[in-house]
Amino acid sequence: MVAGLTRAERQSCLFLLTLVGLGALLVAVPGRWDPIGVHGLLVILLCAATAAYILPRLDLPEPVEDRSLSYYDDPIKAGIALTMIWAIFGMFVGVWVAAQLAWPALNFDMAWSSFGRLRPAHTTGVIFGFGGNALIATSFHVVQRTSRARLAGHVSPWFVIFGYNLFCIMAVTGYGMGITQSKEYAEPEWYADIWLVIVWVTYFVLFLRTLARRKEPHIYVANWYYLAFIVVVAILHIVNNLALPVSLAGAKSYTIWPGVQDAMVQWWYGHNAVAFFLTAGFLAMMYYYLPKRANRPIFSYRLSILSFWGITFFYMWAGSHHLHYTALPHWVQTLGMTFSVMLLVPSWASAGNALMTLRGAWHKVRDDATLRFMVVAAIFYGLSTFEGSFMAVRAVNSLSHYTDWTVGHVHAGALGWVALITFGSIYTLVPALWKRERMYSNGLIEVHFWLALTGTLIYVFAMWNSGIIQGLMWRTYTESDTLAYSFVDTLVAMYPYYIARTIGGLLFLIGAIVGSYNIWMTVRRGIPVQEKLGEGELAPAGAVPSPAE
Amino acid sequence: MAEFFHRKVERNAIGFVLLIIAAASVGGIVEIAPLFTIDETVETVPDMRVYTPLELAGRNIYIREGCYACHSQMIRTLADEVDRYGPYSLAVESQYDRPMQWGSKRTGPDLARIGGKYSDVWHAMHMNNPRDVVPESNMPAYPWLARTQVDASSLSAHLTAQQALGVPYTDEMVADATRDTLGQATPDSDNAYAMAERYGEDTQISAFDGVTTSVTELDALIAYLQVLGQLTDAAYIDTAAPELPSDPAAAGAAVDQAEE
Amino acid sequence: MSKVEIDPVSGEQTTGHEWNGIKELDTPVPRGILWFIVVTHLFALVWWVLMPAFPLGWTYTKGILGIDQRDTVEQVIVGNQTAREPWTSQIAALPFDQIQADEALMTHVAQSGRQLFGDNCAACHGLNGTGRSSYPDLTDGDWLWGDGSPEAIAETMRVGINARHDETRMSQMPAFGRDAMLRRPEVRQVAQYVYSLSHPEYSTADNVDTIAAGQQLFIDNCSGCHGESGTGIADIGAPNLTDAAWLYGGAIEDIIESVHGGRTGHMPTWDERLTATEIKTLALYVYALGMASP
Ligand code: HEC
Ligand code: HEC
Ligand code: HEC
Ligand code: HEM
Ligand code: HEM
Ligand SMILES: [Ca+2]
Ligand SMILES: [Ca+2]
Ligand SMILES: [Cu+2]
Repeated sequence: MVAGLTRAERQSCLFLLTLVGLGALLVAVPGRWDPIGVHGLLVILLCAATAAYILPRLDLPEPVEDRSLSYYDDPIKAGIALTMIWAIFGMFVGVWVAAQLAWPALNFDMAWSSFGRLRPAHTTGVIFGFGGNALIATSFHVVQRTSRARLAGHVSPWFVIFGYNLFCIMAVTGYGMGITQSKEYAEPEWYADIWLVIVWVTYFVLFLRTLARRKEPHIYVANWYYLAFIVVVAILHIVNNLALPVSLAGAKSYTIWPGVQDAMVQWWYGHNAVAFFLTAGFLAMMYYYLPKRANRPIFSYRLSILSFWGITFFYMWAGSHHLHYTALPHWVQTLGMTFSVMLLVPSWASAGNALMTLRGAWHKVRDDATLRFMVVAAIFYGLSTFEGSFMAVRAVNSLSHYTDWTVGHVHAGALGWVALITFGSIYTLVPALWKRERMYSNGLIEVHFWLALTGTLIYVFAMWNSGIIQGLMWRTYTESDTLAYSFVDTLVAMYPYYIARTIGGLLFLIGAIVGSYNIWMTVRRGIPVQEKLGEGELAPAGAVPSPAE
Repeated sequence: MAEFFHRKVERNAIGFVLLIIAAASVGGIVEIAPLFTIDETVETVPDMRVYTPLELAGRNIYIREGCYACHSQMIRTLADEVDRYGPYSLAVESQYDRPMQWGSKRTGPDLARIGGKYSDVWHAMHMNNPRDVVPESNMPAYPWLARTQVDASSLSAHLTAQQALGVPYTDEMVADATRDTLGQATPDSDNAYAMAERYGEDTQISAFDGVTTSVTELDALIAYLQVLGQLTDAAYIDTAAPELPSDPAAAGAAVDQAEE
Repeated sequence: MSKVEIDPVSGEQTTGHEWNGIKELDTPVPRGILWFIVVTHLFALVWWVLMPAFPLGWTYTKGILGIDQRDTVEQVIVGNQTAREPWTSQIAALPFDQIQADEALMTHVAQSGRQLFGDNCAACHGLNGTGRSSYPDLTDGDWLWGDGSPEAIAETMRVGINARHDETRMSQMPAFGRDAMLRRPEVRQVAQYVYSLSHPEYSTADNVDTIAAGQQLFIDNCSGCHGESGTGIADIGAPNLTDAAWLYGGAIEDIIESVHGGRTGHMPTWDERLTATEIKTLALYVYALGMASP
């Protein structure tokens, strides 16, 4: 990795690491009696370790070739590796928390592993660790290929990846120590939030500068989505996380938003974290890797425009559907509901655009598990957005809210859509990136596919059942017109489904492990591409980017 | 036409970004800003009180342990919820909550009105191991709370921060936060009388975890749980929900009242 | 640069652009989608007109139906209330024995009591009312307070025990050991005596002296509350110590602990949380629980 950098760039890396380390020292020293001090120390150690890796390599030979003639793929490789590490971590924690709900003794009465602290470690691990790294890595790949331009920087991509993972590590270790703002999907405290802003701005500038170098006059759809993902997530993150720290030497802060306004800001954020992190970003992935793998043109450019602007505009109104029947004024709930219904159009337009792109390639879907990952993902995307719009209707939400139905919906989206599209994209990307003819084992992709699909179905059906049963039990009245079941009655009814969900999740996790092994073996033992076989399909790193024929 | 326009837009990255920002900003502005300008959004009630320092410390422990992952604090405007948990929650009841704890999943029951429902002893047993009192429970045990002291000396700084954000703590409350913390968990002490004077006679003073010689995180958490739903009586007064009239004529009157 | 082609599979034109091999078709937006837009937007439009929807600075559009969630739920609540009225009004009005004699009313009690008990009482007394350590069994026919009649049960619920209620029932078992009213060996002796009350086989020739000493201590210290013979006094909530029902455990060590450290049970008041009718219903439900189990 260092080999691709000039000596000056290596020095910049060291300079940046020193800067970050010093910043961390400023936090660690006054905060030594607070968990924030632990974080300061952790950052210093990580910076020192990275510096210790670079320092002895400072004088390695510099790259001799003209780097502007090739793509810069080293950071992407690191990003893919991190994606898989976080996938296994996040999903392992998912299975663990799932098991805790069935067998509460499984937290072993330790503070850090109790459900309330571990659950955000799961959501952060999968959404930000797994999802975020996948998005950053693929965005670096897609923007270069579709712009026919090399990344606009050599140090900044590393800063983005290193800095972003530092944020994820601070988040996850923080929960274990009890550091949390309790804002769902935005739990990390103020200092981590500020750090993410710095990283994210760098990411934005890097992406924009790369686009500015493009040799294609038009920006490809995938990049529209990556742009929306980067820009809107920045806005959401900053507004939702505005907070006043109790002291600069401590982790604790109080959000500036009180009560009902906080609820609205939180779910404006929370819902659009789904929209721009878990949807827009992954649609970007789909818009590149699906047509690439299927080798078919996108079904409709006009539909792409319609769904992109629809998603960007309508999603931002829908957050209040998380607050139906609450103390949030009724009018906001009406807006949340109606915009969620209108939102179904652009959502289905993108799902349809993806599926129709496969016209003339369905035989490939049958034979190619990688493509099948992406196709099933598009189907789950359509399904979960339909379900979401349905649940956003107030009457439906009165039943589904607060129950496992929401969790079922989440995982139809998260496992079925987010994870499957990611695996499909990674299986397409890895051989191209490491210049292999194909993945190490197609059989293992098949195994992964079926594990993932079965796991998702078991998970989602279990949660639909438990959610609807619990929702109905809560509101069942006897013939005497009084409530029929106590809360504990409904809890007891959940146990079989909690066990089933754990099994489904375990299958999904095993699939991810199989996938990681397959990727590892592709990197280690894959058959290298014969120089001339390169077809220019995915111009591999080091090769001169060939102008599109 | 639209397409022609778009072909132009997609050739300009900065322009594209600006358009994204424009399109994405509308929803949030329309939905969030008016929540500060429409007075009706948060009810005005005279008896709303602030959290005592001990309760605030308990609230922070509630947040730290992630109780919100399983418990909501929001009784929705649905008849079955009102029947089960009590009057539906009003916006004013979380007026001083930063952040709010409305929650999004009920693995356990709603806690918006848990205050006063059970005894302190029960909470102490339940937090130490829920299955000691509710064998069917899947809630985690929190045995370390009873072993950990509350950092009472830091609470002054917390009140200062809250004050800066507009929570009506008096300077006296800020200055005496540490003593008030100890006072609330030590019945019949001078500190206890002083704190009751500052926060109101209704404030619950108790040896929450059963031990008066130290103020533990369990004390703080129970103090917080016992005040949930008790900061104001507004929900019981302003709605038709509690103590409903038992004769139909009066019931009709309540409907009229509700419709006003 | 831009080269429009015809896609052989669909017969559609491409847009003429290409990004690393990816092309796009210029397919028009399908009819279905346009209809879909029309339908969803019409739905939204209608909803905005009918319901509260858009903010207007200091107020918002109320919608022509004039609906607000708070009015709606209050109407439903009152509606439920009215539906229950026929039997709740009877429960409220009639004395307990007449309710018990009415099979139809007792069906309502059984149906509604289960959830009320489950959501309010089970946390301490267990889903079946059988209690657990330090929370009394409500089904064993052995009562701390009063005679176990529905009236007494309702009163216990109304005011609570050592609760935050002005009329609360108050009872406390003093901490004889900790507060140095009895010395350590004395605590043991009195405990052994108490144990022997429910375990006659425990007093043997070997320990007659101890038991006798314990008895004397008991008469001096405990009989005021638990009675001369240890059968308890239900007016002050002092338990019967001669039967097999124990609140805090009946092993000698448990009894020592009760005598050494004292006991103060807390039962919350339900006066403000439950309606008078609900309290009555629950009292009957609890009473029936006790009847159902032998
Ligand atoms: C894994 C989910 C879970 C977590 C985390 C959790 N709880 Fe619970 N909680 C439950 C369940 C389930 C019940 C119902 C059974 C019972 O009473 O234990 C419950 C019941 C309760 C009750 C009694 C409510 C009633 O009306 O009976 C209180 C109070 C409570 N929890 C407080 C807390 C606090 C405080 C925390 C955090 C420190 C917490 N819980 C964390 C699941 C959870
Ligand atoms: C916080 C725990 C708790 C809850 C909740 C609770 N109880 Fe109790 N209850 C107790 C305790 C403790 C006692 C025994 C008090 C004592 O030691 O004298 C008791 C005693 C009683 C008694 C008197 C028993 C006797 O032997 O005289 C009755 C009757 C009773 N409870 C009914 C109920 C009902 C009905 C409910 C629900 C509405 C309920 N309790 C809820 C803790 C509780
Ligand atoms: C001031 C009245 C009072 C006096 C004096 C008193 N008790 Fe008690 N005792 C009580 C009350 C009230 C309880 C029930 C406490 C509760 O329910 O929380 C009780 C409970 C007990 C229990 C526990 C019963 C169980 O079911 O677990 C034992 C054992 C006991 N007393 C023994 C004694 C002995 C021995 C003495 C004399 C040394 C004594 N008591 C003196 C009032 C008294
Ligand atoms: C191995 C597979 C997985 C398992 C076993 C699993 C399990 C769980 C469990 C048990 C919960 C808590 C539910 C509750 O509180 O009742 C949860 C929540 C959540 N998980 Fe997963 N999960 C898995 C994979 C994923 C993936 C891949 C993602 C995202 C990409 C994801 C995103 C989420 C989110 C967003 C929540 C929060 C849901 C909410 O608050 O409503 N999970 N998961
Ligand atoms: C049209 C698109 C969608 C709409 C309208 C929608 C709507 C909803 C609704 C109504 C809820 C339940 C809110 C509640 O009752 O608390 C919800 C929850 C959720 N949805 Fe969606 N959804 C959509 C698509 C998706 C997709 C594609 C994902 C991808 C993973 C997703 C992830 C989530 C998550 C994580 C939650 C849980 C939030 C929480 O923590 O409570 N949604 N969504
Ligand atoms: Ca945050
Ligand atoms: Ca949630
Ligand atoms: Cu949403």
